[in-house]
Amino acid sequence: MATMIENDVPQGLNLDPMIPQLYRIDRVRDETDDTFTLSLVPENGDAKISFLPGQFNMLYVFGTGEVPISISGSPAVPSVLEHTTRSVGIVTKAMGLLKPGDHIGVRGPFGSHWPLNEENGRDFVIISGGIGLAPLRPVLYYLMAQREKYRKIVLLYGARTPEDILFKKELERWRGKFDLEVQVTVDRAASGWRGNVGVVTPLVARAPFDPSNTVALLCGPEVMMRFAIMELQKRGVPQDRMYLSMERNMKCALGFCGHCQYGPGFVCKDGPVYRFDQIASVFGKSEV
Amino acid sequence: MIQTLESVIREHPFFQDFPEDQLSFITGCAKNVQFPEKHFIFLEGDPANEFYFIRAGMVSIELVIPHLGPTTVQTVGEGEILGWSWVSPPYRWHFNAKTLKRTRALVFDAKCLRAKCEEDHDLGFEMLKRFANIITARLDATRLQLLDIYGHDD
Amino acid sequence: MTPKGPRLSSPLLVSPEQLDQLLQLLIKRDYELLGPTVREGAVVYDHVTSTKDLPAGWTDEQSGGKYRLKRREDGALFGFVVGPQSWKKFLFPPVARLWQAHRSNGLFQIVPEVRKPTKFAFIGVRACELHALAIQDKVFLQGLFVDPEYKLHRENVFIVAVDCVQAGGTCFCTSMNTGPKATAGFDLALAEIIQEGRHQFVVRVGTKAGADLISQVPHDEATPADLEFSEKLVAEAAKQMGRTLDVNGIKEMLYRNTEHARWDHVADRCLSCSNCTMVCPTCFCSNVEDLTDLSGQQAERWRKWDSCFTTDFSYIHGSSVRSTPRSKYRQWMMHKLAYWLDQFGTSGCVGCGRCITWCPVGIDITEEARVIRESETFVSAAG
Repeated sequence: MATMIENDVPQGLNLDPMIPQLYRIDRVRDETDDTFTLSLVPENGDAKISFLPGQFNMLYVFGTGEVPISISGSPAVPSVLEHTTRSVGIVTKAMGLLKPGDHIGVRGPFGSHWPLNEENGRDFVIISGGIGLAPLRPVLYYLMAQREKYRKIVLLYGARTPEDILFKKELERWRGKFDLEVQVTVDRAASGWRGNVGVVTPLVARAPFDPSNTVALLCGPEVMMRFAIMELQKRGVPQDRMYLSMERNMKCALGFCGHCQYGPGFVCKDGPVYRFDQIASVFGKSEV
Repeated sequence: MIQTLESVIREHPFFQDFPEDQLSFITGCAKNVQFPEKHFIFLEGDPANEFYFIRAGMVSIELVIPHLGPTTVQTVGEGEILGWSWVSPPYRWHFNAKTLKRTRALVFDAKCLRAKCEEDHDLGFEMLKRFANIITARLDATRLQLLDIYGHDD
Repeated sequence: MTPKGPRLSSPLLVSPEQLDQLLQLLIKRDYELLGPTVREGAVVYDHVTSTKDLPAGWTDEQSGGKYRLKRREDGALFGFVVGPQSWKKFLFPPVARLWQAHRSNGLFQIVPEVRKPTKFAFIGVRACELHALAIQDKVFLQGLFVDPEYKLHRENVFIVAVDCVQAGGTCFCTSMNTGPKATAGFDLALAEIIQEGRHQFVVRVGTKAGADLISQVPHDEATPADLEFSEKLVAEAAKQMGRTLDVNGIKEMLYRNTEHARWDHVADRCLSCSNCTMVCPTCFCSNVEDLTDLSGQQAERWRKWDSCFTTDFSYIHGSSVRSTPRSKYRQWMMHKLAYWLDQFGTSGCVGCGRCITWCPVGIDITEEARVIRESETFVSAAG
């Protein structure tokens, strides 16, 4: 199976790729009541941070465990590594108790990345749901930093309730720009909410992009991506211009442990970002 | 350039491939309308004798729930159709529709359209076919909403 | 220092005593000798110190869900095929610590595992097992990352292979093109000949290291008659296979049939016991466990064998992607026979038959594949 997206072995992992590098927590920001962002700096001051949007790291909490978390910060900032995660399991709950000054183990970056360099001159429609906005935030930083290379940029974002909206300040800032279209919707409104209520898929039907010259990037619950893809296909976006970020259980992120297998590939190396036509035959298939 | 009512209707995706000879009748049933912010377009229980194309703005479909008050279940925005209760008896609205901001729309006289559809089944079929699409899309979206896909997975 | 002795191309002949001298020489050269030995009614791979530890006079009877050792009269040292274990247990240990970490003042330090560069000598590796080693080499050495534990030991392994002169009850190496003759990946390959009062081994040399070793031990040259006889035995073995698997287009065939009813049929029988993955010489899935002591200041990371049949193997977001036996068996079989081809360029199966023998309910991968192939109804692409 041809991989469109190249991977490089990250520095420092050649010797023993199961050994984490030490990072220090510089800042913790609570995004919602169960989601937080860690800003990490390398304990070894010389280490430079380098990643591509879409990639993830394995984050280790001392004695508790290790989990894969997408990098959610700007690729242009070489000194800080940001990860945004929900607090759902043993490790992320323990992670949520860490404070600035505490240490965390980092292995990575791993996996494939969003196709940003190859898609100059196109419209970008970014469809995200829930925590799925986190792996896409680096894309927005990247696109906005080279705005002139792309045509229309549309961000569609669905969250559960207004309180669950991530990166509110940034969304407001982006929405204020004339050259970026931002539409946010919630499943369930609180009183006082004056925005869209409903799932993100109807927004895809009406979003202002040119299907014949668009790249679609999707990240969110699989069922949301499935329906969003149907809407994109209805509008005529071809399968080889849709990219999604998939998730599976990961233990090693190296292609050894076998847990992240998804059909004929491993999400840790063939993904997490997949061009849709490459997984169309297994996507949505029950229990694959 | 001010668009004529007919050209607005003709260009709307809802009326794509609509039989030419019916379009002028449809246009005859339509009128431009504007609503200010926080305006009730219709209330639950009112007779449902219209439907709307939203040309600009946003409308909240809401239900008043004891203890919670008015709760928005869905919003309808630019380019979308508001209201299908005119299709089935007893032709009464099931929800409130309240504008969230200034809204411009085309309003269609559904009472008149209903009568014509009873007479002219071809017209009836064309209308119902298109409304069926809207309803299924809305149903799909509602089902997704119900799944609470971003929910907590403990 | 060039070892004098036989050219790599000419086969030799040794007696069991001379074979023993070869083993002693390996021990003298600090190799940890590992070979087949009988324990608790099965032939397992363990430390051996001489040919006396080998399963002389034993053979195995295998069929679906059945394995028995039986005595044989001729005293053959390698008169069986394969048992429940494979050589992966040495290169890819079932349990291995990856590192330790110590915490003080909030800072923690990782102490990498110091691994002993033990030199293993595998005695009695079957042709199918040589292929299995090559398959695992692809996984652990030739991917994006290299597993340091596997690499450390793999580089130093000395392999004495054994051609199979009889096939096992569940074997199908001929279908997979992996035997019964050892063709590559060994230092020395033996074919056991027992005939009218003589018990000898034809030895083929595979590498310079093999040539060097055998040159230090008394040996004879094999005659053309010896060679012919051993070839005949191997050819007979090839005809005795207990099973067959049609591998023509098997990947595409399985991809077409992910919803075939047969998967439900298998699901009714499969216990998700994971025996098949444990005995399979190519299965490589593992789990990672992070542990800490009571003080919370010392931590360790361990790697352990895992199986795609375990309940939480595919757990994510509150539930497992594959929770039913149907989906788990389908994943295992499709990985082995189809996905593996996309991932690594070869089949994942070497036809050793272990999964058939050691399945408590005798599920047979070759039968499942045949039933699906013969009963698939598919709509042609043009239709």
